Amino acid sequence: MNKTILGTKVGMTQIFDEAGQAIPVTVIEAGPCIVIQKKTTENDGYNAIQLGFGVVDEKKLNKPQKGHFDKSQLKTLRHLKEFRVEDTASYEQGQEIKVDVFATGEWVDVVGTSKGKGFAGGIKRHGMHRGPMKHGSKYHRGSGSLGAKGPARVFRGRKLPGRMGGERVTVQKLLVVKVDSERNLLLVRGAVPGPKKSLVTIKSSVKA
Amino acid sequence: MDLLKSVEAEQLRKDIPDFRPGDTVRVHVKVVEGNRERIQVFEGTVIKRRGSGLNETFTVRRISYGVGVERCFLIHTPRVQKIEVMRKGLVRRAKLYYLRKLSGKAARIKERAR
Repeated sequence: MNKTILGTKVGMTQIFDEAGQAIPVTVIEAGPCIVIQKKTTENDGYNAIQLGFGVVDEKKLNKPQKGHFDKSQLKTLRHLKEFRVEDTASYEQGQEIKVDVFATGEWVDVVGTSKGKGFAGGIKRHGMHRGPMKHGSKYHRGSGSLGAKGPARVFRGRKLPGRMGGERVTVQKLLVVKVDSERNLLLVRGAVPGPKKSLVTIKSSVKA
Repeated sequence: MDLLKSVEAEQLRKDIPDFRPGDTVRVHVKVVEGNRERIQVFEGTVIKRRGSGLNETFTVRRISYGVGVERCFLIHTPRVQKIEVMRKGLVRRAKLYYLRKLSGKAARIKERAR
């Protein structure tokens, strides 16, 4: 079964395993998520479940959002996300999905929005090389040649400075080091995209 | 942030004695040889402590067969079985890197009154 849960990134730390080795982990406060809506082939043309996460005051929602929650008669939630499933029969509207769907030793993929870097140059954005900083060199961190003289134009896809970060990033196959169902915490080995407090989606790994 | 601290709190050790740079300590380290585990003692002067929380480390320096050896340990690691403070030293800085240049009599550290 494809397991999915929403959470917020708490931050990184390290924990010791049985051998005394320090493992770098990201702490994620995951769930509890609530199934807000079920989408079926008959009704919507595809099978999916809509998950909600993070309780929010009703005042903070607009009318259409409120209407959506009124229909399902459930708690108002901050984040809504839809996930494709093979069969919606195993889910019920209002069902709570908690962090204990995952177990220690499982592999997961984590999706998040990377930290925004603003307008970044070619060196930072694409890993281009730098010119000499000294000895009369006038070529420091610039992009250099954009191509040959012959075509008399710059080809599409040319790597240039521009906006960097703030995009959807998936990190595949991270190990679940610990699950704390009491505090809704998930400890995942390694780094996860995005700043602290950002929304992340945790799924069973496609590579496991 | 508190959530992160609470995760770390479970791992923090409470049996760590109070020691500072300049102190002489005996560190009992678990060493794995093949499938056998034994305790090795490393005695020397603490030349620095850095970091905070679970990430705190300290470095111990000793002269072994005429060669200076420095070992760095995570304070809260389960690999360190025990830390014994043998002698308290009186020093005027937090990082005793100057000891690396000194040897013999010059590398002595005055004892701090208890």
